Amino acid sequence: MEFVTRFKNALFLVTVLLAQAIALAMQVRGPATGTEPTGERVRLIRLWSIAAVSPFERAAHAISSGVRYTWFNYIDLRHARQENDALKRQIAQMRLDEAAIAEDALQDRRLQAMLQFRQRYVGSTVAAQVIGASASDQSHILTLDKGSNDGLKPDMAVISPDGIIGKIREVGPTTSLVVEINDQTSGAGVILESTRIRGILRGTVAGRVQIGNLTADSRIKPGEHVLTSGGDQVYPRGLPVGVIEKIEPDPDHQPYMAISVKPAADLNRVEEVLVITGMQSELSDQAQQDLLAAQAKRASDMSAEKLPGIHDGQPQDGAAAAGSAGSPAATQESVKVPRPIPVIHPDRYSPGATPPASNLTPGGASLPQQNPVPADSGKSSSAAPAQQETQ
Amino acid sequence: MRETLTLESMVTRSYMSRREAEQQSFHLLATVLIPAVAILLQVLLPRISPRLAIVDLPLIVTLFFAVSRRSPIAGTITGAAIGLLQDLLSGMPVGVNGMAKSVVGYAAASLGSRIDVENSATRAVLTFGFSLMQSVLLYLILRHLLEIHGFHVLWLHELVRAVVNLLVGIPVYLLLDRWKRQE
Repeated sequence: MEFVTRFKNALFLVTVLLAQAIALAMQVRGPATGTEPTGERVRLIRLWSIAAVSPFERAAHAISSGVRYTWFNYIDLRHARQENDALKRQIAQMRLDEAAIAEDALQDRRLQAMLQFRQRYVGSTVAAQVIGASASDQSHILTLDKGSNDGLKPDMAVISPDGIIGKIREVGPTTSLVVEINDQTSGAGVILESTRIRGILRGTVAGRVQIGNLTADSRIKPGEHVLTSGGDQVYPRGLPVGVIEKIEPDPDHQPYMAISVKPAADLNRVEEVLVITGMQSELSDQAQQDLLAAQAKRASDMSAEKLPGIHDGQPQDGAAAAGSAGSPAATQESVKVPRPIPVIHPDRYSPGATPPASNLTPGGASLPQQNPVPADSGKSSSAAPAQQETQ
Repeated sequence: MRETLTLESMVTRSYMSRREAEQQSFHLLATVLIPAVAILLQVLLPRISPRLAIVDLPLIVTLFFAVSRRSPIAGTITGAAIGLLQDLLSGMPVGVNGMAKSVVGYAAASLGSRIDVENSATRAVLTFGFSLMQSVLLYLILRHLLEIHGFHVLWLHELVRAVVNLLVGIPVYLLLDRWKRQE
């Protein structure tokens, strides 16, 4: 009893540490998957804590956003109209580019279908705002203002227009926790864009992003783009991850290399994100429409390249073109069938030198006409081109 | 006999007076609010600037309460509560920061009952030392207790963190001194 009284402080500390060590051991044994009772309890306590803090985070975020947006809106409104027009033009151009890319993707899809692969496209997304960060420097966690009420679930990919951000770890009714790709516990399947080498992306203690399971390869160079491979079943294939920044030997895992990647998205300044809530095996309606439009445009371009131009050899006068476009009759009259250039010294190869097929006899010698008709004055020579034109 | 008793009572009084006279308590509201605000700021500050994540406000508050109360049990409880809440909001296994801050709270309170901790210089040294101590504890817990093999500690970064905590801690202590209630 005296022992307890004398060392009550130390015993209390030991008891507290022991209780926490047991709690840690139970978490490690049964990670928070939701199936283990301990994991579920910890998950619930964590969600309650986040729910308790999130109103303050929302309030702080609303205040800071309000101040920031008020100021920036004032500045930005001065050129909003011009910027709006420029952005509209940019969107139109990007839709065309996207359609062109989608066509390539379609071709790729056909090839993959032949190989019995199944391509998955981003089907639906939910936009969310970041309202909080991690309470510790050892982890890289974001708190989103959307939760299960908005259809979010654990292991959904979180992206931004620049690249991937991370994946959802915990989901509450109105908030969710996202583990960023630079967290030590994160991982993502990636592929190098040009060399097509696959690797696993992990976060480091310093908050950097590294590919650490590749051996030295002379083909891997700084500056190469890194994309998601889709092999992790979290991130859709082909999303930008970052650019290789540095390649050096990994001192802890020889003979592997530590390939540092500069994330495409600024992980320290994430404001709004997109959570991928659904995948689909078909392109979206809008993308399909754009694809059809691009295919039609491309087909017409190819036809225009292959067929002889009706204006070949004529001056491209805008006024004349406008005038001819105005009346169809004038168009018919102004259109001239292309004629060969008159020759100076005709021979048997000259246009019109060959007699008509009706004058020839089987087995007979084909003698050239003595007086070939100039191409621009004879009717027989212009018959074939005229027929082509009418067709 | 009488002289012996007087001497004994004097010694006891002297010891008790030093310990008890300097023991401070806090209003319940302050006890709950100050750590809650510290953790909330810890969550919000990195949103303003990622570099601010290096400051460990929960540690500073743990140290403040521990050395002010000078009770190792109270220090342990304060450290454990703040650390566990920090774990819950950081996505880490619950107990990592809880264990580290329990030890820090206990050690700070034990040290606070032996030395003068009202001095700013002493507080600065304490903050620096306990910040490094927490880094070591976190390393031991994560690397050896949880056996996270890829876990590394950048000791230069931890040294910088200790210095930053020291610099932030001094004005924070002065601010928090206003909440003290002398017993």
